[in-house]
Amino acid sequence: MIHALSRCLALASMLFLISFAVTVPSAGAQSLQEYEFDEPAQEALFHDLIDELRCPKCQNQSIADSNAELAKDLRDRTYVMVKQGASKQEVIDYMVARYGDFVHYQPPMTFVTSILWWGPLTVLAVGALVILYRVRRQKVEEIELDAGEQARLEELRREGEKEQNR
Amino acid sequence: MSKGWRWAVLLLPFLAFVLLVVFLLRGLFSDPTELSSALVGKPVPQFTVPDLYQPERTYTHDILKGQPLLLNVWATWCPTCRAEHEYLNKLAAEGVAIIGLNYKDDSRDKAVAWLNTLGDPYQVNLFDADGSVALEFGVYGAPETFLIDASGTVRYRHVGDVNERVWQGELGQRYRALLDGATQETNK
Repeated sequence: MIHALSRCLALASMLFLISFAVTVPSAGAQSLQEYEFDEPAQEALFHDLIDELRCPKCQNQSIADSNAELAKDLRDRTYVMVKQGASKQEVIDYMVARYGDFVHYQPPMTFVTSILWWGPLTVLAVGALVILYRVRRQKVEEIELDAGEQARLEELRREGEKEQNR
Repeated sequence: MSKGWRWAVLLLPFLAFVLLVVFLLRGLFSDPTELSSALVGKPVPQFTVPDLYQPERTYTHDILKGQPLLLNVWATWCPTCRAEHEYLNKLAAEGVAIIGLNYKDDSRDKAVAWLNTLGDPYQVNLFDADGSVALEFGVYGAPETFLIDASGTVRYRHVGDVNERVWQGELGQRYRALLDGATQETNK
């Protein structure tokens, strides 16, 4: 029994770890050797940006990760802009103006996207309220026995004790 | 608990279920690769680009102003562009103004040869070798077709091939509406 349980646990934790191995993107899959920088700050900014910008062609890859032609074009454009001293926000605004919010992995807070923030909180709050409500109702009900029922209870208890002592 | 409350509690999961089904059904029939253009409602971006046939001749964004027209992004490496080409020829024959933007093609000669063999539906042929004009338009593949009104404002973008169904659908309807608006303006 204990063996089966520990085996189960081991399997579960293994699956857990594998799921991580699968979902972690292979960052830096593309060769970025060609992008050379004199200033480390610009290089860091460039890497930040290409990790945060999403390839419009390939649904769920950053432009750092994708080998699509378009991703390369966007990397090149990002490189040129960073080299020219553009700030992070300037590059993001430039891309969003052309490719829409889709191109940035951090969606802006608008009425439609705000559900991403308050949605889970609402679900949690509703669940908490339901639990609170039910727990309170349980407490209220206390059972009172009349004389006859009390006598029967005593009798059953005595019988039970006898059974145990046998 | 009153009777009304009990009904509400019983119906709530059902309603939630129906909502979920509607949401998932929509997801099932929506195409996640089809993105709406960020340029809709905005003037066409500025650019200068050479002609496909004559490298020394250049055009600017002004070429897209003056009449409702389609800007078709295409390339010879794009099989879907081949599929829609016949239909573009047909539209051009019907008098629809189409301007072609050749997008990152393998070579100029290949693009010219394609038009010589398959016919040229474009009033003007723009040659965007490095894709910089397409980037200004937020193009993420080929074919894409932009609907631009007489003032040079982007009105709509269609991703994928243009065919009879698309032309009867939103793209064609919007084009015809623009055309009606333009003729009414001139008749005034």
